[in-house]
Amino acid sequence: MPERASSYASEVDWAFNFVYWLSVFFFALIVILTVVFAIKYRRRPGVEPDNSITHNTKLEVFWSVVPLGLVVVIFWIGFSGFVDMRTFPKDAMVVKVHAKMWSWTFEYPNGVESTVLHVPLGKKVKLRMDSEDVLHSFWVPAFRVKQDVVPGRYTYLWFEAIKTGTFPVLCTEYCGAGHSNMLTTVEVQEPAAFEAWLEEEGSGKNLSPVERGKKVFNLKGCAGCHTTSKDKKKLVGPPLYGVFGHDVPLLNGKKVLADENYLRESILDPNAKIVKGFTSPSLMSVIPLKDKELDALIEYLKSLKD
Amino acid sequence: MTSIPMPEEGELATKPALDETNYLKAGYGLKSWLLTQDHKRIAIMYMIGIGIAFLLGGLFALAVRLELWTPTKTIVEAETYNKLFTLHGAIMTFLVLVPSIPAIIGNFVLPMMLGAKDVAFPKLNLLSFYLWLLGAIGFVVVLFAGDLDTGWTFYAPYSIRTQTAVALAATGAFILGFSSILTGLNFMVTIHKMRAKGMGWFRMPLLLWGLYATSVIQIVATPVIGITVGMLFLEKLFHIGFFDPNLGGDPVLFEHFFWFYSHPVVYVMILPAMGVISEIITAMSRRHIFGYRFIAFSSIAIALFGFLVWGHHMFVSGQSSLMSTIFSLLTFSVSIPSAIKVFNWLATMYKGSISLAPPMLYAMGFLFLFGIGGLTGLFLGTLSTDVHLHDTYFIVAHFHYTMMGSALIGLIGGLFFYWPKIFGKMYSNLLGTISFVLVFLGFNLTFIPQFLMGSMGMPRRYYNYPPEFQAYHQWSTVGSFVLALGLFTALWCFLHSLFWGEKAPDNPWGAVTLDWKTSSPPHHHNFDVVPPVTDPYDMDDVYWDEESKSFISRSQQAALEELAANASGTQEKNS
Repeated sequence: MPERASSYASEVDWAFNFVYWLSVFFFALIVILTVVFAIKYRRRPGVEPDNSITHNTKLEVFWSVVPLGLVVVIFWIGFSGFVDMRTFPKDAMVVKVHAKMWSWTFEYPNGVESTVLHVPLGKKVKLRMDSEDVLHSFWVPAFRVKQDVVPGRYTYLWFEAIKTGTFPVLCTEYCGAGHSNMLTTVEVQEPAAFEAWLEEEGSGKNLSPVERGKKVFNLKGCAGCHTTSKDKKKLVGPPLYGVFGHDVPLLNGKKVLADENYLRESILDPNAKIVKGFTSPSLMSVIPLKDKELDALIEYLKSLKD
Repeated sequence: MTSIPMPEEGELATKPALDETNYLKAGYGLKSWLLTQDHKRIAIMYMIGIGIAFLLGGLFALAVRLELWTPTKTIVEAETYNKLFTLHGAIMTFLVLVPSIPAIIGNFVLPMMLGAKDVAFPKLNLLSFYLWLLGAIGFVVVLFAGDLDTGWTFYAPYSIRTQTAVALAATGAFILGFSSILTGLNFMVTIHKMRAKGMGWFRMPLLLWGLYATSVIQIVATPVIGITVGMLFLEKLFHIGFFDPNLGGDPVLFEHFFWFYSHPVVYVMILPAMGVISEIITAMSRRHIFGYRFIAFSSIAIALFGFLVWGHHMFVSGQSSLMSTIFSLLTFSVSIPSAIKVFNWLATMYKGSISLAPPMLYAMGFLFLFGIGGLTGLFLGTLSTDVHLHDTYFIVAHFHYTMMGSALIGLIGGLFFYWPKIFGKMYSNLLGTISFVLVFLGFNLTFIPQFLMGSMGMPRRYYNYPPEFQAYHQWSTVGSFVLALGLFTALWCFLHSLFWGEKAPDNPWGAVTLDWKTSSPPHHHNFDVVPPVTDPYDMDDVYWDEESKSFISRSQQAALEELAANASGTQEKNS
């Protein structure tokens, strides 16, 4: 099991270990008996099997009732842990989680948005989650929490982090080509550091157009399919490093110069020109953008060069 | 057959004579197979068809394992990888596991175990096969024409939105459903109406209890998946909103419908395997089954409880916490009859005379693998631990232990057990043993690392994965190739026996059930004279005969002698 970073992780692990050792006991019993019988009663000439016993109701009832008692205990342990997960505290901070193919966005009470989930240590946090396309599932292994994110309704979970650090967040409901890239992290900070971060993000400090564009790029989930690093690693969509100002080969065999208008068109209408090596129709959905966001985004894309 | 046309002189040399005492020689030519109504020949056609599907599904599995050798791209792109695991799952579930034991072993031995000539509706049986074939062709068309990338679960609304051939695959699954329903219906009627004189319900071999319980599930649950894929089809083509929230539907509803069928159907896979294991363990241990009634009723209990637990696939789906709690409690009820069976099988081996020929090795392998598969189910039925383990490699490993490690090992063990009866040939024990060792080691090497990485945080259906899991993935991939080697060894062992195997005796293992009281291979009509019905596990009924290298049934011998005496008695009277 991964390290424990939430208030009920130890309870889950206790249940896991209980079932584990119980299973080890029964498994060992089965295997040892199988092997011992296979050796002790192996077929030997002149040795006849003893067919005098065909059943023993007392014994059979015994090995029906004992497992029954044990599974009731297991059920109860699992149930009490589950009740804790599903009993939502009234005083929790609510963070809205927006899932889409293939990115996570987190929205805090003061309106700040981020792509990494920041939470304060030792405070209860409740997530209200929605999806704009298909099923996703929000999982933090270190917290032992998981909840499907279902389009058309809100789903919830809550936790209290007990350890500072950075922990992986993964999507665990299959959602298409970028499913395994739908990753982010949760950053558990000391409450003071968390407040400082939240305030700084919310203060609306002056960002340059490129910085603003980068933020839009991450928040709108572009990074789920497009890389911006120099190694031009290919995910679901074309890598974007060094695209601006160069010719782009298209699926129809033609070439197009990637100028500002090409970038604008490709963002607003992904099917207009498909890059060579990618599928048509495009897997990209049209993402609603304000003019100012679009403008910043193009500035950011232009900046991706040496 | 009223009259057999006398062959012309010239024909005699080219056409071998028809032989009613061997169903394999009771007709020649492709037509005698394709239009046969003989349950035994239909079983063999299924064996070939399912074998090919298994090979195909297995190749997809190996491709998936190869891709996972490195944390990023190894051989294919993400889109292709998604299609590979989807086709692997869909083929293995719908084309291989669901029909496997009932269609192959059930078809072959069910009428013989009952002392019947055939199933109740032989033509319907043939229709079932052709429906299976049609569904299988549908999947092959999907493979070449449209692809499929939804995962075998077809979860909405992804399945509504994807551009791939969901509608075609849904049609294929729909047709396969009918094949399954008709087989279940046929078996159920046959068991009710065609038991030999003297065979009460509690004198039936346990495999028949397993097949009966299976039939109940097939008949009751399969229509639901038919309706579900039908709705998916309508939604996909005509945009009628059942499951997609954009059209006013509810994706969780799809999950309920889907699992209402797909959970019981795992018992369609495992119950017949448990039946086969009961037959193998008794015969190979030369022991009366321990606790016949507990095993028989536990099959029925599993079939019934199996309908009430589907919600355990959905603890984190968004269904209400109360429902999750109820489903968790009900889920544990299924573990009891399974535990009973395992303990009773162990008790059957006690004080036996255990032969370690390949069928018994596979049966013991079943106990080991089903032990792991069943016990790891406890982690998933437990609410708080399931939240963590759901949709990880832990669950992938768990259901492979139950579906492949138990159901398919049951099938392979069953084939080793019934092979001498089916083809009248003995195989090489050495090859069979080697195949078992490779399958057993390869299987565990493939899936034990998956338990470990699942609990540590590796989600399922991931194309790229965190590099810390690479070592586990590589062990798993190595294991999958060892497993494949083992399965090919088993295939070679079977093919080898057909050409070079020694002739099999009528009853090589000393089983007491009626299917072993006919020739190997059986007559076209199964029996000349239906043997008297005894307790199916009364080992005192059979003794080893060194001369014929076979076990002989005392009751059958006595009945035949009496028959002969009566016949000569009437002759004397007449003369």
